[in-house]
Amino acid sequence: MHKVGLIVNPIAGMGGKVGLKGTDGPEIVTLARQLGATAEAPFRALQALLELEILKDSIEIITCPEAMGENVAKKCGFKVAIIGTAKEETSADDTRQAASEMMKLQIELLLFAGGDGTARDIYSSIKDAIPVIGIPAGVKMHSSVFAINPKRAGELAFLYLTGKVKEIKEAEVMDIDEELFRKGIVSAKLYGYLKVPFERRCVQNIKTATTPSEKYEQEAIAADIVESMERNYIYIVGPGTTTRQIMQLLGLDYSLLGVDVVKDGKLIAKDVSEKQLLEIVDDKHSKLIVTPIGGQGYILGRGNQQLSPRIIKKIGKDNIIVISTKSKLHSLKGAPLLVDSDDDEVNKMLAGYIKVITGYKEYAVYPVSF
Amino acid sequence: MKDKDDFIYPYIPNSLPEFKLSMMREIRISEVDELYRDIPKELRFKGKMNLPKPLYSEMDLKRHMEEILSKNKTCEENISFLGAGCWRHYVPAICDEINSRAEFLTAYAGEPYEDHGRFQALFEYESMMAELVDMDVVNVPTYDGAQAAATSLRMASRITGEKEVLIAGAVHPERLLVIRNYLSPDINVISVNYDKVSGQIDLEDLKRKVSSNATAIYFENPSYFGCIECQGENISRIAHEVGALMVTFVDPITLGVIAPPSHYGADIVCGDIQPLGIHMNYGGGCGGFIATRDEEKFVMEYPSRLFGITMTVVEGEWGFGDVAYERTSFAKREEGKEFVGTAAALWGITAGVYLALMGPQGMKDIGKTIIQKAQYAARKLSTIKGVKAPLLDAPYFKEFVVDFNATGKCVGEINKALLKEGIFGGKDLSKEFPELGQSALYCITEVHSKNDIDHLVGTLNEILTR
Amino acid sequence: MSESKKAKLRDFHQAHWDEPVIFELSTRGARGILVHEAEEEIKAEVGDGISSIPEHLRRKEPPALPELFQAQVLRHYLHLSQATLGADLNIEIGQGTCTIKYSPKINERFATSSKVTELHPFQAEGTVQGALEILYKTDLFLREISGLSRFIFQPGGGSHGLFAIASMIRAYHELRGESNKRDEIITTIFSHPSNAAAAAVKGFKVITLYPDKDGYPDIDALKEAVSDRTAGLMITNPEDHGLFNSKIAEFTRIVHEAGGLCSYDQANANGILGMTRALEGGFDFCFFNLHKTFSSPHGCGGPAVGAVGVRKEFEQFLPVPLVDFDGERYFLNYDIKHSIGKVRMFYGVLPVVVRAYAWIMSLGEEGLKEVARVAVLNNNYLMRNISKIRGATIPYDAPGKHRLEQVRYSWEKLTKDTNVTTEDVQRRMCDFGMHYWTSHHPWIIPEPFTLEPTESYSKDELDEYVAALRKVSEEAYTDPQKVKNAPYNSCIHKIDPSLLDDPEKWAITWRSYLKKHRKDINA
Repeated sequence: MHKVGLIVNPIAGMGGKVGLKGTDGPEIVTLARQLGATAEAPFRALQALLELEILKDSIEIITCPEAMGENVAKKCGFKVAIIGTAKEETSADDTRQAASEMMKLQIELLLFAGGDGTARDIYSSIKDAIPVIGIPAGVKMHSSVFAINPKRAGELAFLYLTGKVKEIKEAEVMDIDEELFRKGIVSAKLYGYLKVPFERRCVQNIKTATTPSEKYEQEAIAADIVESMERNYIYIVGPGTTTRQIMQLLGLDYSLLGVDVVKDGKLIAKDVSEKQLLEIVDDKHSKLIVTPIGGQGYILGRGNQQLSPRIIKKIGKDNIIVISTKSKLHSLKGAPLLVDSDDDEVNKMLAGYIKVITGYKEYAVYPVSF
Repeated sequence: MKDKDDFIYPYIPNSLPEFKLSMMREIRISEVDELYRDIPKELRFKGKMNLPKPLYSEMDLKRHMEEILSKNKTCEENISFLGAGCWRHYVPAICDEINSRAEFLTAYAGEPYEDHGRFQALFEYESMMAELVDMDVVNVPTYDGAQAAATSLRMASRITGEKEVLIAGAVHPERLLVIRNYLSPDINVISVNYDKVSGQIDLEDLKRKVSSNATAIYFENPSYFGCIECQGENISRIAHEVGALMVTFVDPITLGVIAPPSHYGADIVCGDIQPLGIHMNYGGGCGGFIATRDEEKFVMEYPSRLFGITMTVVEGEWGFGDVAYERTSFAKREEGKEFVGTAAALWGITAGVYLALMGPQGMKDIGKTIIQKAQYAARKLSTIKGVKAPLLDAPYFKEFVVDFNATGKCVGEINKALLKEGIFGGKDLSKEFPELGQSALYCITEVHSKNDIDHLVGTLNEILTR
Repeated sequence: MSESKKAKLRDFHQAHWDEPVIFELSTRGARGILVHEAEEEIKAEVGDGISSIPEHLRRKEPPALPELFQAQVLRHYLHLSQATLGADLNIEIGQGTCTIKYSPKINERFATSSKVTELHPFQAEGTVQGALEILYKTDLFLREISGLSRFIFQPGGGSHGLFAIASMIRAYHELRGESNKRDEIITTIFSHPSNAAAAAVKGFKVITLYPDKDGYPDIDALKEAVSDRTAGLMITNPEDHGLFNSKIAEFTRIVHEAGGLCSYDQANANGILGMTRALEGGFDFCFFNLHKTFSSPHGCGGPAVGAVGVRKEFEQFLPVPLVDFDGERYFLNYDIKHSIGKVRMFYGVLPVVVRAYAWIMSLGEEGLKEVARVAVLNNNYLMRNISKIRGATIPYDAPGKHRLEQVRYSWEKLTKDTNVTTEDVQRRMCDFGMHYWTSHHPWIIPEPFTLEPTESYSKDELDEYVAALRKVSEEAYTDPQKVKNAPYNSCIHKIDPSLLDDPEKWAITWRSYLKKHRKDINA
């Protein structure tokens, strides 16, 4: 019997159709309803669950009362177990609680319908303990935990539960500053990583013999960087799974979401603040290694407190090394990498083209915009 | 070139004005030239291509081609004793029947559904070769044996992480050129001598030159001179002791009677499939194979396609597909991971047909026949004054070195004289291997009748006593 | 005209023989062919011959090849042949970038004539004047078509041609003592992956340019990418989406100024024969696939020829030998000063060159131009019709914009709407007797499919192909599961790949399959 968790955020996506960006905060939800918004997420969740109907007899769905999952699960005829108590208005807290409970019950997979906010709430409870698939339903979906459409989310769940998909990838959970976002400003900050099942598209291809996995690509990039590291240089390593690989190759400790500093193969500071960085970078040879974060490919966003405009100016464009797997670049679909610091001067300095390390002795020259 | 030209080409259906104009109307252009708008004026070729006047009628084309081709004098019309990497063996009729089938001839890169036959034919080729070389993994053919050898050596380098290759004994000079170009700039090639008397690899020289930097010891069996290398076991021990692999290049048509290299410690076996039912085609009939054990560390290094057998959604039905090796872990030796492209698939299918027709007994019979004929030829040649055959004191399969030094004549003149009598003499080795002086490499296969051999001997005798 | 739009779709079913693997047809003792025995006198003279082989090297156990009677071998392979959809049999426009056109059968007569097949590469030059003449004259033809100075036919395919070129680029810089400094090759993401792969074998670092928003390689990115480390540019034009980069001459100029060389991957030459050339584009090297543009059949994946051409100053690096003519005789010239040596034994696949020669001779200058023009017309006509299919989009499209010989399309919308992917469509197209190809990796364009009609198919045949695609699109919107579980009328049903990606389970040969999956059955 597969134990599958289901969390539906009933208010996710309600802002979108009426022009509001997100539904964080009860005032926004009220406003949305006044503007005539209706709940989108439950319908999306239903579309996803329909793909699992064929496994009905071997799945038990563990979910929350009524609109938070019970309704759609029962509609599809699944065996359902309810946790938590029914409420009139649901909140982020409910999501967090539910996720915690489900983790204790040792579910195999967690399906959720919502947006970035929902993803964050789930992450804060379970971290990377259980694989998760996001059914896209929110307005803000910068995190890469979401499938491209609800049907695909269901399909992926099916493939994972039946063992046809075995790979798990780390997917970024983004922390978007809501206030700024409503003003049309996206600040890209990493919140954490959820584990997501991943289907490698098995394509019969006459021209390739072996295909590299993402881990392979990341290791290759790390090998190229480490090989080119110079003595007496300070290397500031930004957050990301690709940059993390460098630390792992060097056998060093690192911070998951923060900025670390390496020199001559040793870790000299971990998870530094801007102040610490200013002291370290002062008058010495420094290089900054960053990788694009989030669905839009931010190499520097406002959320990066530590990598402030002051630091960037001090390091200089020529000493900024951008690394990215090819799959990440391709996911941008031709859109440029983005920088969005607080400082126009810095933005202009970085815009144009930048060399990106995409493998061992493999590079790309890619546009950067702000 | 006006679109309203009425010339209708049999190979170009839409040269028919009715079609052409209808299509142009539909995409709303009045001249085909409009479709080339993106090519700037300065890049548009305005000149004339100085090509011959076309032969529109098929009959004219045929006459023209026959006229040119008639200038060729073939090994069918003459008696050829040439070998050295390309050999005349008998090609069964069924082989040509199958590789001229429209389906196999014109297929390319379809899926394992509509091209199921192609996948199966190539899987069967891999499987039959696997039995011949007694190893579990064989690839879809690459360009030729030289490429197979070069790739095998790069594979070895990726597996062991070392950058030095020892090429031992007498190796085909053209193959060596290909290997050298393919391995440069990062892999070093060191030559190891052969014994001038026994034709075997000089083990002392090998031991001197091998070190822990070695990634592989490579040799050919039979060697370029046709000698069978008997020290395989020792060589593999020397290689394995320093953590290197043994890569052996073998002639597949010997394997019905001679033990395959996997029996004496070879890790990677490569070779050319041309002797297996493929015409010489002026050197275009080559195809390379690479065989290894079924271990991940080998399989992950093949740059070519590997076809595997799998199931379909229908119970009991199976299909084929590419073994989807996913590289999960990068190691620094990944540079130069090579490329994959169109190579020699049709020859692979042909070799499969050949092996299926021959079966184990056929391969045994042909090996025996070839050895007997070659030995007979060597004996008879040795009866000629001044001629020593074979020069090297080693067992041989279908080729051997004939030493003409004592005759006072050079191979060039001898071959010229033989040519006048309709005989293509063995390959002149005097420039490639000056240490052998005036020697030639003679090749005898099952296609040479006793009369052919006696005719050679008689003619040589006559030439040398003039 | 409206009748052609209602092109009838065939009720196609491919041969489904349920053909066993050949080993399963084996009967102990069966003989497919008997081998010539040495004459009695020879046997009398030398004995069995085998005893000359040292005991430890004699094969003890005969190889476990299958044993069949002759007609059984024939029947088996004919069944497999029927289960292969060769280009001769279908509207072969689905294999984009492969340029699969009609290979005239008359050329097969020449290629398989004993005047070609029974030649040994080391025969005296006087005995192979016909072969050398064809090699030489085809070289001359390609010079006319490309504007470059000299061609060789040694490489066995396009990727191999790229490798030969990468080798020559390296040799050039080595000669000038700059190969340590100049270690970067620039290519584009839409170029064939072998451009990068071949360069990497030669130790080059590879810099890839991504397309700008219109699909062209980004020239500003190129300017950023060149430096004094640039060894060369390896690029295709038009790229696989069919767009001609009109700034190509500027691209090559920029690279030349930086001290690099320029290589032209002309796998996509079919639409530009006689219209634009490598020379004016500023290229130092180019190659043509004789098995694509020049009609030699693909043979399931070879044998083939990647004909490589160079400008005069680079002839000194070509692999040996060259075929030369002294006014009276053709001869092989091994005297190439800084030759890279060889990329292949001997001279190339003669039958392939013979076919290319004959094809060019049958068409002449005007014919080649007609080939290009009709190929381009066909492609634009096809594109116009596909643009009307629900769910299909044409990346980088703009009003009035034309393509050259092929287009890369996208089913992104279809997939978003119906969850039917390009691979699902591919399998369903098999049910109509048609091929269809997606794209090289990486898939920059999502859910891609790449079609190249060439000049070989009629308007009605193009309409038939479009009708099949339209049908599959309709099915995706109304009954997606039908498409997702295809094929139904092909040689086999949908494949379960779980035996192909697990080292414990995969079986690349029959014996491996028996070892891993049928332990209880004797081989």
